[in-house]
Amino acid sequence: MSNTNSPGSDPEFTGSSSGSAAQGESGDTAWQEYLTGGEHGAGVSGTGVSGADVSGGSVSGASASGDVEPEIPGTPRRVIGTPPPAVARTMLPASGHDGPQPPARELPAGPEDPVHAKRAERVVAACFLLSMLAGFGFLVAYSLIGVGTIEKVHHSNLALGLCLSLMMLLLAVGATIWVRHLMPNVELTEQRHPLASDRQDREAFKETFTEGAEASQFVKRPLVRRSLIAATVPLAIAPLFLLRDLGPLPGTSLDYTVWRKGLRLLIYGTNRPITPAEFSSPGSIISVVPEGYQDDFDALAKAAVVIIKFRPGQLQFTSENHAVPNKVVQNWTVDNIVAYSKICTHVGCPAALYEQTTHYILCPCHQSTFLATEGARVIFGPATRPLPQLPMGVDAQGYLIATGDFQEPVGPSFWERS
Amino acid sequence: MSVDRALEGVGGWLDDRFHGARGFRVFMRKIFPDHWSFLLGEIILYSFVILLLTGTFLTLWFQPSMTEVTYHGSYTPLDGVRMSQAYASTLHISFDVRGGLLIRQIHHWAADLFMAAIFAHMIRIFFTASYRKPREVNWLIGIILLTLGLIEGLFGYSLPDDLLSGAGLRILEGVTQSIPIVGTYLAFFLFGGAFPGNQIIPRLYILHVLVIPGLLLALVTAHLFIMFHQKHTQMPAKGHTNENVVGQPMYPYFMAKTGAFFFFTFAVLALAATFAQVNPIWLYGPYNPVAMSAGSQPDFYMGALEGSLRIMPAWQWVFFGHTFAFNVFVPALLPLGLVFGLAALWPFLEQWITGDRREHHINDRPRNAPTRTAIGIAVITFWGVLWAEGANDVIADHFDVPLYTITWIARIGIFVGPAIAYIVTKRICLGLQRKDNHLLEHGVETGIIRQMPGGEFIEETRPVDEEALAVLTARHNFPPALPPGDTAAGEVPPTGMRGTVGKVRQRLYRVVTESLPLPGPNGHGNGHGNGHAIEGEDGHERAALGPGEATGHGATGTGSTHGDTGDEHS
Repeated sequence: MSNTNSPGSDPEFTGSSSGSAAQGESGDTAWQEYLTGGEHGAGVSGTGVSGADVSGGSVSGASASGDVEPEIPGTPRRVIGTPPPAVARTMLPASGHDGPQPPARELPAGPEDPVHAKRAERVVAACFLLSMLAGFGFLVAYSLIGVGTIEKVHHSNLALGLCLSLMMLLLAVGATIWVRHLMPNVELTEQRHPLASDRQDREAFKETFTEGAEASQFVKRPLVRRSLIAATVPLAIAPLFLLRDLGPLPGTSLDYTVWRKGLRLLIYGTNRPITPAEFSSPGSIISVVPEGYQDDFDALAKAAVVIIKFRPGQLQFTSENHAVPNKVVQNWTVDNIVAYSKICTHVGCPAALYEQTTHYILCPCHQSTFLATEGARVIFGPATRPLPQLPMGVDAQGYLIATGDFQEPVGPSFWERS
Repeated sequence: MSVDRALEGVGGWLDDRFHGARGFRVFMRKIFPDHWSFLLGEIILYSFVILLLTGTFLTLWFQPSMTEVTYHGSYTPLDGVRMSQAYASTLHISFDVRGGLLIRQIHHWAADLFMAAIFAHMIRIFFTASYRKPREVNWLIGIILLTLGLIEGLFGYSLPDDLLSGAGLRILEGVTQSIPIVGTYLAFFLFGGAFPGNQIIPRLYILHVLVIPGLLLALVTAHLFIMFHQKHTQMPAKGHTNENVVGQPMYPYFMAKTGAFFFFTFAVLALAATFAQVNPIWLYGPYNPVAMSAGSQPDFYMGALEGSLRIMPAWQWVFFGHTFAFNVFVPALLPLGLVFGLAALWPFLEQWITGDRREHHINDRPRNAPTRTAIGIAVITFWGVLWAEGANDVIADHFDVPLYTITWIARIGIFVGPAIAYIVTKRICLGLQRKDNHLLEHGVETGIIRQMPGGEFIEETRPVDEEALAVLTARHNFPPALPPGDTAAGEVPPTGMRGTVGKVRQRLYRVVTESLPLPGPNGHGNGHGNGHAIEGEDGHERAALGPGEATGHGATGTGSTHGDTGDEHS
């Protein structure tokens, strides 16, 4: 703790005390002034730190020279190992009103229990060193364990993650012990000041603002003001126009799907056409897609279909095009196989679950439930409309085909849907 | 010493240019009050920092493109499968970049922690009433941050273009379409045409990595600056006043503590990412509009929205050739709009109802504002019912309860639950206040039984210590009463107190400020009658609303109906 600065070198740096080793009464008087003055300047005062807390003669085994200093009641004793207050302080105006006062010492320099602190120091250092080891472990693991197979990724993830976690955890634990057991415990009080400015400041602000407004002529010249406001209108609207090309207008595109007369139903996944004979076990369900659009997601998002096979008599038919609601249109079925849109009429998830015993089609997203034997009418959940039925027939080769598009828009409701 | 020289050298150099010595000194001595619940905000900040760090790492490999490719990477079960580049590059990050999986999982866990901490922080702020003047603006910023966080999270987990998140986007499309008049157009503009198109992933990407994080960063900064400028609130305790802040200084204490806390947060996230698999997109497979799996759940913070969609009955109007899809846009917009809207309005509503325009820097204990706390718990219950309903299929599966039963329970519970929660919470709060009063009046039981000369046994009590006293007496932070409304005397009441509005306000005032008064200043050892007299007949508990002091002016009485309690104590 050598003091290299000459007195008076830089009075602004209050933290770095400087001064000669010559001390005694005069030095301590300065120190006292320094303390009492500081309370006004900083607006911060220590509460939990008494003079006795600060003394701690054995801190870090420094010299015990502090003991010779006379004690001044009511002020913290100077901490061992810190340089005495600078003579330079006395060069500040004695009145103390002309400049900011240097602050009082508020934090003790060392912990109360040095033995405990020593132990804590070792624990903290151990944590940091172990953290370093874990950190190196991370680097080693990164270099040695590659990726490229699921197995290797698994090992790499474990090793890297463990090292990273330990590195962070030990840093955290070390730092926490440091704060709680090495740093002396303090509690300081800071004064709040009302947030509102005082009256003069507000008045001054008002004046300045008004002056500016007057000087700008903004208030006085409505022509300028109104034309400026008029000029900003297109400026505000322009971005909306610029965003117009984000997408095409919907038009009637939501009303139709790619299904049309003659299009074969291909099994989703294998993309093979299917005959009613192949699909003969009652209760089974498969997803089908229109031929030629197997990989066209935009088309499939509307055109996905499920076909379900029933026993004779299970389906409740209506003869013509929805003459009776909530019934299956018989002409559109083939051999007790019925085709429904797979796109849920709620918000468009694929209604992918089917319960054989109850004939429920269930959408896994929000549990809209449709009764397959009765035209897929809604029996529970937030969907409002049945799943539309796809008109279906067979072609010359005996494969299932569509005999037309859906008779109504599929999928979720939208404003233009009537 | 070298520190000296560094301060004078580097510090001097900087100070010559920026005049920082004084400002930084004040900054170093800034006081941070201590309470465990103040850490919640720090968790948010640090998960956000970790999100930025890990997110930047992920962008180095992630390809926000919906162009189809055939996968031939290290994850062999998907070898040869056609998928979008976004999905393929996410697989690449997970299986072909060293540490990629770890960072991806940290990113996802950090997002979950970020949102969880936001909820917890917001709940803390509400229940301790830290949103009161002068902190209303920060409360509003917080609500915007929460909303942005929800959107950011949704967009983030949608980017890998896997089957699960694709379903989420499909729902987003359905919800957008359901908006009256403009919905279909909005959906087409958002997706660049019909769903799914090939635009949505790149668009979400730029929103997710630039626009929303930019907004978040700006608002987080504003949030912190305002908090810094206004200074922290503190919990009621000995020596804590409305005019001071008690705690430890920024430098070195808070710096070290908060640094440690950053590492704790990081460590917990790293541990989670190491041992708890999250969002295993390789198991879901690439998105395909035809396919879907059961048990599809969004991330937890979207759960309430999901439940809201599930709980809604199938209502829809069709007229004049247009469809009003109430079954979709009502649950999508109403519940969350209601909760966030009420939250945003609450500070101002409370101010208007109670007429309280003072600055508050000491937090309320939740029990000391029974109505506010009850409203908070009711809202949480409302949210909780929606959240649980969002997992109704999982609950049905695990607990073997019929799915529709759960939905029906939720449909009823959404109304009944919050009501019960409100009533029960209010009673609990008043009960806790009563317990506090009991402690104040009779002191702490010591467990020592003494026999009196007359043969009577009594238990000795000792007065509560000063620390506890400061906490127990921190009550009645509402203004004593509103100015009277229309009076028979013909005096003109102030604006805001006249007519129906004034009557409503008086009524609301009585509900919102309902709270037990503190026992009188000489209440200690004052006999047994006190506590019960205060509880009084039918809800006169609010009788004496002290002027916000902690020293037992509680029983000064505010009107004729309360004279009895006032007499009792004086």
